Amino acid sequence: MNPDDKNIHWVEEPKLGLAGKSYLPLLAGGVTTTLKHLVGRKMTVQAPEERHEIPDPLGYRGVHRLNRDEQGRVKCVACFLCSTACPAHCIDIVAAESPWPDREKYPQSFSIDELRCIFCGMCEEACPVDAIELTSLYDLTGKSREEMIFDKEKLLSVYDQTKDAEPMKSAQMREEGEESR
Amino acid sequence: MWIVLEALIKIAVIIGGLMTAAAYLVLLERRVAAWVQDRIGPNRVGIPLTNIRVFGLGQPLADGVKFIFKEEFVPGHVQAWLYVLAPMVMFVAALVLFAAVPFGYVDLGIEGWAPIALVVMPGLDVGIVYVFAVSSIAVYGVLLGSWASNNKYAFLGGLRSAAQLISYEIPLGLGILGVVLASGSLRLDAMVQAQATSGVWNVFTQPLGFAVFLVAAFAEAGRLPFDLAETEQELVGGFHTEYSGIKLMMFLVAEYLHMITASFLIVLLFLGGWHFWGVTGSEPVAGIGLALVRIGVLLAKFMVVVLFFMIARWSWPRFRFDQLMNLAWKVMLPLGLVNVVALAFWIEFGRSRFTGSAEWIAMAIWGWLVLVVAWFLTTVLVPAEPDNRPRLGPVAADLDEKEALSP
Repeated sequence: MNPDDKNIHWVEEPKLGLAGKSYLPLLAGGVTTTLKHLVGRKMTVQAPEERHEIPDPLGYRGVHRLNRDEQGRVKCVACFLCSTACPAHCIDIVAAESPWPDREKYPQSFSIDELRCIFCGMCEEACPVDAIELTSLYDLTGKSREEMIFDKEKLLSVYDQTKDAEPMKSAQMREEGEESR
Repeated sequence: MWIVLEALIKIAVIIGGLMTAAAYLVLLERRVAAWVQDRIGPNRVGIPLTNIRVFGLGQPLADGVKFIFKEEFVPGHVQAWLYVLAPMVMFVAALVLFAAVPFGYVDLGIEGWAPIALVVMPGLDVGIVYVFAVSSIAVYGVLLGSWASNNKYAFLGGLRSAAQLISYEIPLGLGILGVVLASGSLRLDAMVQAQATSGVWNVFTQPLGFAVFLVAAFAEAGRLPFDLAETEQELVGGFHTEYSGIKLMMFLVAEYLHMITASFLIVLLFLGGWHFWGVTGSEPVAGIGLALVRIGVLLAKFMVVVLFFMIARWSWPRFRFDQLMNLAWKVMLPLGLVNVVALAFWIEFGRSRFTGSAEWIAMAIWGWLVLVVAWFLTTVLVPAEPDNRPRLGPVAADLDEKEALSP
């Protein structure tokens, strides 16, 4: 580095006043801040007895779920848009001919590797039928890698588990839209 | 025979008490650190094998067990016998240091028994000199550990520590010298006694000496803002980078013991020791009840000082090394000298002119006057220099090159 370089802008630190030079206001300021925090409100959430309150479950990106339609069937139509959009390549779908008349395909198997997932939410954005969604469950644990690959049944069970607390996002957003209108 | 037994009992009590105190002060420090950072801190570990939590009071036990059961690992590149010796030197020095800290005298009231001095080494006439001598040995522990580790981080930490500890011995000594002059004795219990008889603690009569001693004690204990020897951010762990398991624990406990001893010295020398107005009386010897009250007062003051140590840690940023040395040699050394000279001046010329309580009031006024004047002069003459970059910018470019380079 050439010190005479015209592109280098040398910043001078502000000069201390007489009080600052004597160091006393700095000492007092430091210890005041410390004491304020010493008696102040604590931020710790004592998991597992207490839980974080998630401010907006709609915007939170936790564990995935596969939504069911009114008849309890999986909503997914096996279009592969989510697995294409997935930057981590963690979604694996095997499509099969649909047994139902209202769609051509359905996922015979649908698995998400939760260890590989980066929880970016792009699958949710890509889905044309609002079948895959990210819930606000954040404490995802398992005892083996195999256990952390969620298959279709597991993902549907996440829906069953969370549908009361968190209705489908599409439905929620529709409601909100109607309210605002 | 009785003397030996008495000494053994005292040693057992002191070592047991010190180890427990160190363990629980670590817990306290962790809790205080957490509170300052808006956290709660370790509060889970309670009674082993049950689910009962007692405010995390089981934590020190868990920490200790963990340290002991860790692998005794000696890296291949170290100088083995020095490597093993270093923590022992530091630990023993820290423990032996405490033998000179007095807790007062107790008269058991049994016929034919002399009052017992509650200190491991009673009647130590060189008290404060002994404290000095032994506390310097801690430097050897740090140096040996850092050198034997054969690691550059450890080596840098050791270098810094050596320079820092040796530099701050001088202000430390000058701070103590004022107390020695005022009490006319080198014995720690006599210093406390002098404050008890007059009823005026040294912190009121020589505040400048207190300030110098306090800063030097922080530096000697290696606590923030003077923990240059083990700065985690730059030196990994400093001199104990290569240590693990129980040897690391010995280093850490030894550092804690230094802090404990420093706190006790601050209390004994400047804050009146076990004396408290109207509670403990000024007679040196006390019955069992009064002796317990005195120990309580001493420990209460000790806790206040320790809490100050812990809060100071989170209040002020660490010094840069050149600032540390500037503070020692350009600020604390002159201030300490001024304190000693001012005090000697007072004792030689001022003291005889006053009688009764007027003597102490006048001495306090003199002490605070000296503090204000000396502090102000230091502020003007040795300003705190936050910027140590080489002057190469536009400021220096305007100057003649020779002028900029000349000292």
